[in-house]
Amino acid sequence: MTRRQRLAALVAGIASSGAAFGQIAVTGATVHTAAGEPLTNAVVVIEDGKISQVGPASEIEIPDGFRTMAAAVVTPGLIDARSTIGLSGYLNQEHDQEQVEASAPMQPELRAIDAYNPREALVEWVRGYGVTTVHTGHAPRSLVSGQTAVMKTRGATVEEAVVKPLAMIAATVGDGARERGNKAPGTRAKMAAMLRAELIKTREYVDRRSAEDEDRRPDRDLRLDALGEVLEGNVPLLVTAQRTQDILTVLRIREEFDIPVVLDGVAEAYDVLDQIRDSGVSVIVHPTMMRAQGETENLSFETAARLRDAGIPVALQGGYEAYVPKSRLVLFEAGVAAAHGLGFDDALRSITINAARVLGVDDRIGSIEVGKDGDIALYDGDPFEYSTHCVAVIIEGEVVSEEVR
Amino acid sequence: MLRSLLLSALLVAAAGAQETPQAFVGASLYPISGPSIESGTLVIHDGKIVALGPVSAVQIPAGAVQHDVSGSVVLPGFVDTHSHAGSVEGGDGSGPMHPDARALDSVNVRDARIQKAQAGGITTANIMPGSGHLLSGQTLYVKHRDSKVIDDLLIRRPDGSLAYGIKMANGTNSRKDPPFPGSRAKSAALVRERFQEAIEYRDRVAQAAGDADKLPPRDLGLETLGEILAGERVVHFHTHRHDDILTVLRLADEFGFKVVLQHVSDGWAVADEIAASEQVLGASLILIDSPGGKLEAKDNQLATGSILEQAGVVTGFHTDDPITDSRLFNRMAALAVRAGMSREGALYGLTMAGARMLGLEDRVGSLEVGKDADLVVLSGDPLSVYTQVLQTWVDGAKVFDRGDPQDRLYAEGGFGASHDQGHHIHGIAQGEHE
Repeated sequence: MTRRQRLAALVAGIASSGAAFGQIAVTGATVHTAAGEPLTNAVVVIEDGKISQVGPASEIEIPDGFRTMAAAVVTPGLIDARSTIGLSGYLNQEHDQEQVEASAPMQPELRAIDAYNPREALVEWVRGYGVTTVHTGHAPRSLVSGQTAVMKTRGATVEEAVVKPLAMIAATVGDGARERGNKAPGTRAKMAAMLRAELIKTREYVDRRSAEDEDRRPDRDLRLDALGEVLEGNVPLLVTAQRTQDILTVLRIREEFDIPVVLDGVAEAYDVLDQIRDSGVSVIVHPTMMRAQGETENLSFETAARLRDAGIPVALQGGYEAYVPKSRLVLFEAGVAAAHGLGFDDALRSITINAARVLGVDDRIGSIEVGKDGDIALYDGDPFEYSTHCVAVIIEGEVVSEEVR
Repeated sequence: MLRSLLLSALLVAAAGAQETPQAFVGASLYPISGPSIESGTLVIHDGKIVALGPVSAVQIPAGAVQHDVSGSVVLPGFVDTHSHAGSVEGGDGSGPMHPDARALDSVNVRDARIQKAQAGGITTANIMPGSGHLLSGQTLYVKHRDSKVIDDLLIRRPDGSLAYGIKMANGTNSRKDPPFPGSRAKSAALVRERFQEAIEYRDRVAQAAGDADKLPPRDLGLETLGEILAGERVVHFHTHRHDDILTVLRLADEFGFKVVLQHVSDGWAVADEIAASEQVLGASLILIDSPGGKLEAKDNQLATGSILEQAGVVTGFHTDDPITDSRLFNRMAALAVRAGMSREGALYGLTMAGARMLGLEDRVGSLEVGKDADLVVLSGDPLSVYTQVLQTWVDGAKVFDRGDPQDRLYAEGGFGASHDQGHHIHGIAQGEHE
């Protein structure tokens, strides 16, 4: 593909996956597939970047010429279900902070692909711990901050990294969306009012866009086009909401407009478990070790476990951090969640297959199954244990890290 | 719940320590000062450790309360050399150096973060004002006892004086508009100027030999700096970058003060220089999940613990609460082990290293007969993510018990877990939404 073709494909939503396809076979003393019981002494064969065989070492014939690797524990490549890496740079200086644009409270037209820096140090950092896919983009820092995208943690260009150029539109209901001074929104009620007004306006725009009479059709409006994707059900609104009242506000708006919603954060979810479950929305839980302060003061190490106990599948996230550490590692967040009620299997699912489902990419990634992308992480022990190391990372058959971390 | 908590608070305030001996039987004991004891007995009485050894070798005193802790692991209570629990404050924006400002006068003892520190097994902490000044004030060494007023937390030295250090900082945090310094050289110059003033003040006081006519007007700040010069107070120096660390060593050499290097992000780059300094009591590390977040921490790495250990530096850890969570303090040591530090060194770093940096090594930091009965009872390996703090004891009094619903709330989080304890007293029970 030429650069222009790649860009065209990107805009059309067809991801290009790069050229370097690997032929590799990975043996694990334990292989956690996230698609059933763990396998003992098993092999994963990756051919042309895709998983071609999975099974006990005794039954798998590794094709000639394939590179072989082995580790104590093998997992699917990890997925961080909500991050801002690639936009919020590790230096935390003005020039490397792209995660929020403060000029207006609602800017759904801001695309993550126009801001993502695949060479950002934090992208390489999380990859070294086994994270092969990130759902990243605009931060929970204004009412509607912009778009998110799903990226593989590799590639020198956004085109090489991108899996889904428009994954969700990021919104916030709560303190993160509060504007200073006399700018709106300054209160929670105003946030809901503005969101509703914008969605109503978008609905009218979408309706007029398909008017039979061409003269009645509106001029193109990038902002309403973007939000129109949500109203038409193509793209979820990803809403960060921590307090109980904020979670319920989101569910109320979802019902009023019949739009796809993904809940993010949900620090106080334990008080509204029934409402969340009955709504059927997907949930991406706050980082387990997120600081308990301000609107997250009531968060719990057990939030993910409580949701799971209520029958709500959970995905975990590294989230957004304004200071130190600039990026959390979703592997570590899942480890602490595992130790605080979630347990190993559900914790691993929360950063693999569950995350893939929330992001709508489970046909390609999130588990070790034949036909899926050859994204694999290798560890020298229980991946969640503090002193275990990630020893190698593979993306679509290409070994992208062999550093012991 | 409310009544029992109030009652226990009163009892603690009145008694301070258990008068009945308490015996912890059957746990793995990690004394830190010596090899671990696989199945041991530890006896405490009147707030002190009175016996420890293998179960078979320790006679449990008659009338002792026995705690079956078999299957668990008992360590000395953890020592956090750098915390901001209690919403501590130091100097204000009026100037870059405030040696007269005392943490003592600012700590909110009802801050839930003190309960969370107990839930993390932290029994001793150095509560410090921030790093936005060259010298932000006097710190406060505390025991995380159950408390109502600041006096309940204090640690007194053998001569009756309060135990605390001095917080200083270099690098970018203290760089601002005048009267703050605008550069690194100016930062060092201002510190040198003030210490020079303190030397002159000290000498004039000495020359006056008690003659009121010759004494200079009393200056609380210069008095404190005089204590630093005399080696009576340790400086806790926030410093990240390799060149800033060396500036600290240079200043400590010039004025002869004892210093604990705090954060030391680039410690890996100047490990030998740190090891060679006679002024350094130790290096206290913060290890973060990813480098950066601020310019000076861009090269922070988990391997620093291992590198400093190998260089022979006394190496400990801190939470910098709220930067990292006091409930997960053991995680800091475990991450150092992940990057090559020895297990022994990491456990020492959670306990004795901190005790030495606070000059409290005769009282805390290890399980030894005669030391304070500060204990943490863990469900398993102290360096495992799956391990939970089951109990925390300070001076012979239990301050945290995972089996208590209120304590569990602090340990796990949930509604009210971050509210000031004061809500209790005023009848708004925490955890009622749980």
